[in-house]
Amino acid sequence: MEWEVVIGLETHAQLSTKSKIFSGAATAYGAAPNSQACLVDLGFPGQLPVLNKEAVRMAVKFGLAIGAEIGMRSVFARKNYFYPDLPKGYQISQFELPIVGKGEINVVQEDASTKTVGITRAHLEEDAGKSMHEGFAAHSGIDLNRAGTPLIEIVTEPDMRSAKEAIAYAKKLHGLLIYLEICDGNMQEGSFRCDANVSLRPKGQEEFGTRAEIKNINSFRFMEKAINFEIERQQEILEDGGVIVQETRLYDSDKDETRSMRSKEEANDYRYFPDPDLLPVELEESFVEGVRKTLPELPDVKRQRFVDEFALSDYDATILTDSRPLADYYEAVVAVCKEPKLAANWVMGDFSASLNKDDKDLADSPVNAEMLGGMLIRIKDNTISGKIAKTVFEAMWAGEGDVDTIVEAKGLKQVTDAGAIEALVDEVIANNAGQVEAYKGGKEQLFGFFVGQVMKASKGKANPAMVNELLKKRLA
Amino acid sequence: MSIEDSDIKKIAHLARISIAEEDIPGYATELTNIMAWVEQMNAVDTDHIEPMAHPLHAVQRLRDDVVSEPDLREAAQAIAPETEAGLYLVPKVIE
Repeated sequence: MEWEVVIGLETHAQLSTKSKIFSGAATAYGAAPNSQACLVDLGFPGQLPVLNKEAVRMAVKFGLAIGAEIGMRSVFARKNYFYPDLPKGYQISQFELPIVGKGEINVVQEDASTKTVGITRAHLEEDAGKSMHEGFAAHSGIDLNRAGTPLIEIVTEPDMRSAKEAIAYAKKLHGLLIYLEICDGNMQEGSFRCDANVSLRPKGQEEFGTRAEIKNINSFRFMEKAINFEIERQQEILEDGGVIVQETRLYDSDKDETRSMRSKEEANDYRYFPDPDLLPVELEESFVEGVRKTLPELPDVKRQRFVDEFALSDYDATILTDSRPLADYYEAVVAVCKEPKLAANWVMGDFSASLNKDDKDLADSPVNAEMLGGMLIRIKDNTISGKIAKTVFEAMWAGEGDVDTIVEAKGLKQVTDAGAIEALVDEVIANNAGQVEAYKGGKEQLFGFFVGQVMKASKGKANPAMVNELLKKRLA
Repeated sequence: MSIEDSDIKKIAHLARISIAEEDIPGYATELTNIMAWVEQMNAVDTDHIEPMAHPLHAVQRLRDDVVSEPDLREAAQAIAPETEAGLYLVPKVIE
């Protein structure tokens, strides 16, 4: 039987506020355990939550960015669950009236087609603390620093049909939150966490199959593996005539498998009810419009502008606008060298490759936009060839200075003196009489050999266009 | 609506209260009576009434995003049953 995969994602993104959503405790990552947990976070009796305006502003900013309905009146609810990582015994969340309603996110896929993923809703809630189980005999250790950190939970419609589509969406969302400067997107630190609801149904069937929810996916690579594992697992069960149990499964990246975590208790066990400690949040039109004014240029708009303004291909523009830091870097390089196409090639090519190779964030790049732009100017004004530029770039990356310093120190200046190149050409022709004869006899593919020899003789510094031209003349 | 013994067990579990087996039928009768009393409200037509989120006709005030709470770990852990390396210790939670 042919199966259709149905995937929906729930993403928890930590909002980059300084203080918690309902208390004045700090949210900084990596502090000493429990040093950022105040009486509200500890669930002491008599403590009242007070909502952080910045968290509301960030949630609204997200809603506006995806063209969603903004919940002008939203209500916080208690979601009851009994775990020590939230000492109150409930999580403050939103249930019936979330702050962000229906919206959508367009995702460009590998084959350049666009897929629209529906956003069901996004709501504000508090994060839980962390439980540590290793290293204690009969105990778990609890760190409540994270308890009360503001989260926005973004829920999609079951619109994705493969692991690849789910990842394309997750990456798009991740990039968008960073563009909006409302989440740092750090997956290792848990700032951006995805749960995937996966189910299968026979192709053509309207009704959805029973789903399993996969948790603990903390990288895009694991997301693909976890979803594909789950698809195979369910397919095997269904083809053996079995039934899928609705449950939460944990992805184990060491074993590359998902395993059952606990049967997800019926939804009404959470016994949501409006939190009597918090009044309804009513937004004023002026507040929302004020937030709208702070929206940056969004990725889709930026991509189109790159195509129009810099004459880039759709593909190049998509790659360059994928992340805001990369787009900003590219624009800064163009501002220096005024060569959009050359800049695109270098930013997407050697520059990105070097970042990948050294596993560096763009912010830590040893070559800033000024330096790369400066080097591209030297290619444009014929001081160096494109080939020598690769050597210069490596030297800049290694911290040896800017383009002019390196060219000077290493003697890499391109030879554009026709007389000097002519001398090299003559030398090569004189030393390779046999090849010259063969070339003149019709073996034209030997031309590349001569170019190579002259470039070698010049130590790569001869201007390639001039070498071509002079060789053609001499060999004619 | 009739509350069964199994409902009582579930409610007790969710509330984390321990109840004696022999008390269960009594609780079931009492809760069934309470439900019957509340059910009188079903007679009221609420079709055009907006659900109330809070009894006060007021709107949530928002606070500025400022860190105002100092580290109070020492004081809080002084009254905790058990701590280690800055962590609160609780009976092992296994998923």
